[in-house]
Amino acid sequence: MSTALRPGAGHYVHVAFCVAVLFFLIAPILVVVPLSFNAEPYFTFTEGMLRFDSDAYSLRWYEQVATSEAWLRALANSFLIGGCATALATGLGTLAALGLANPAMPARPLVMGLLISPMVTPVIISAAGMFFFYSSLGLAQTHFGLILAHAALGTPFVVITVTATLTGFDTNLTRAAANLGAGPWRSFRRVQLPLIAPGVVSGALFAFATSFDEVVTVLFMGGLEQRTIPREMWAGIREQISPAILAVATLLIAFAVSLMLVVEWLRRRGAAERANG
Amino acid sequence: MDERQPGEGNSMGEGNSVGEGNSVEEQEQAKEGARRAAAPEGEQAAEQEDDARFGVDAYVEFDDVSKSYDGVEQIVRNLHLTVREGEFLTLLGPSGSGKTTCLMMLAGFEVPTGGAIRINGQPVDAVPPRRRNIGMVFQNYALFPHMTVGANLAFPLEVRGLDKDAVEQRIARALQLVRLEGFEDRRPGQLSGGQQQRVAIARALVFEPRLVLMDEPLGALDRRLREEMQFEIRRIQRTLGVTVVYVTHDQQEAMAMSDRVAVFNAGRIEQVAPPEVLYEEPARPFVASFIGDNNLLRGVVAAVEGDTCDVTVGDLTVNAFMVQEHEVGDDVVLAVRPERTGLAAEAGMYTNEFEVQVRDMAFLGDHLRVLTDVGGQTFVIKIPNIVGHGGVLAGERVRIGWATLDCRALRPADDAAA
Repeated sequence: MSTALRPGAGHYVHVAFCVAVLFFLIAPILVVVPLSFNAEPYFTFTEGMLRFDSDAYSLRWYEQVATSEAWLRALANSFLIGGCATALATGLGTLAALGLANPAMPARPLVMGLLISPMVTPVIISAAGMFFFYSSLGLAQTHFGLILAHAALGTPFVVITVTATLTGFDTNLTRAAANLGAGPWRSFRRVQLPLIAPGVVSGALFAFATSFDEVVTVLFMGGLEQRTIPREMWAGIREQISPAILAVATLLIAFAVSLMLVVEWLRRRGAAERANG
Repeated sequence: MDERQPGEGNSMGEGNSVGEGNSVEEQEQAKEGARRAAAPEGEQAAEQEDDARFGVDAYVEFDDVSKSYDGVEQIVRNLHLTVREGEFLTLLGPSGSGKTTCLMMLAGFEVPTGGAIRINGQPVDAVPPRRRNIGMVFQNYALFPHMTVGANLAFPLEVRGLDKDAVEQRIARALQLVRLEGFEDRRPGQLSGGQQQRVAIARALVFEPRLVLMDEPLGALDRRLREEMQFEIRRIQRTLGVTVVYVTHDQQEAMAMSDRVAVFNAGRIEQVAPPEVLYEEPARPFVASFIGDNNLLRGVVAAVEGDTCDVTVGDLTVNAFMVQEHEVGDDVVLAVRPERTGLAAEAGMYTNEFEVQVRDMAFLGDHLRVLTDVGGQTFVIKIPNIVGHGGVLAGERVRIGWATLDCRALRPADDAAA
């Protein structure tokens, strides 16, 4: 057989390079997982852990997180702020996307650009700007202020995902709904929303994830009462070096992965629905 | 053809001549109506039968309707059209001729930039689509893909606040009408194109509108299914007696289904008439060439006598029936159907006879197509494949002819558009 079919040295270099890239991407994240089960208060693998000695592993840091008032408050804050910001971002982002999909809407690229801008502006800049702006309104160091700030950061994701879903939407369906007697609200709720739901939900998940791992804005705007999980981790690393942070990190990784799986599942379902329609 | 009923005999010319078509055409058709007193009676029969079946009153009325998107290009120009109750009227024309725009204006999705549309005498310009109570079958069906067939049909009924029993009854009846009993729980995605088509028709009818619009509903189906659905739609329309306004670019579909056809061209209606009349008595060169095959010969009027005129075509003189009034010196277009011409075995068979050279011929099974020149213009003759058709050969000189009444002198298109 010809030598051309046998993989050459270049091929192995190529594979090695790809493996290295993936390793550098994922290793710093995955290393956190076993370390969070460390029985000792260290950030490194102990000798016992390397021997796979069962005594060297424990759930003590998870227990500490579960019983710590600061961590529980941070968890509650994260879900409260994340949930409210997501609801706000999803509602406003979906409406904005619907409006932007209307060909009669003037200055569409300009409005689209403005709505997307929080995504491209460095967070430190928008956080600093929001800090001064919200302070003058008396909204700094309030839950409401943080919800608004995070909603602004999450809205672009909703606008983008819903706009993408709307491009495949058959406008004859809303015409048909109107022709059959439905008003705008019924037409939206019964016909349009169910069909663009995958876009709305994945946008909402992105918005929630944005709020959930956001630390810069919280550093600027949040007080002690508004500490979210990332903010508490930030404090934990600076002030009290405890592997409890690793336990929280592991929980967050698990949470993020499940969110991603949901998004992927929605995307496939949406694709299947379109194929059937 | 001759289906005239007793008692209607002499009210001639009311069918396609009164009250519809654009204004220019109206006058001309009125004139033609008077002139047709001399025409064979068979030509009028279809129109009069037509009058007996539908009310004379306008149910839908386009009154001087215009539409322009940019204020410059007119998609629809000063259009007048009347649809009578219970009628199946087709808007036929090439793409971009304004027929779909007219349908969308009637449904309320487009707003006329001039004129008024009336339904049952009431202007509807200020009525939003959802209050018009018009059934509509969309080109791509526009079934709600996330709902079952039953839910699709229930949608307009729930909007109207019908109770559950009534909704179920109506759905069952509508599905029975389109022969899809028991399909309530299927999703549109699980149905074939033809079945989706039937569901779309059922949904347009389930809330019992008096007017149903159809926008090229058969465009996505293959030929066999399309022909089957033509009969189905016609059967359903006759069963319910609803008024249907149907849009298509397929002239055979229009001919097969319609009580009357409005032929659209460049934002205007060229002619409104029953299919037989459109074919037998085209009033414009566009209609003559769009409906079926026609030979169009340009010529100049040399003499006028009563309804007929002598027209100079090249070095020949052709005797023709005048559709519009003409004077000596007018440019006209003569329309002669290929199948209304024949070989003249002996002189004197036709009022128009000429010796021509056969340029080419094609054998097409049931007929022969013979390509010749008449007065220097290309001319096609269609000869049925019957015993003794003569075995015409290319290069031969043959004697062809046609009757005066089968040769219609029309005003050229440029004049009509002015």
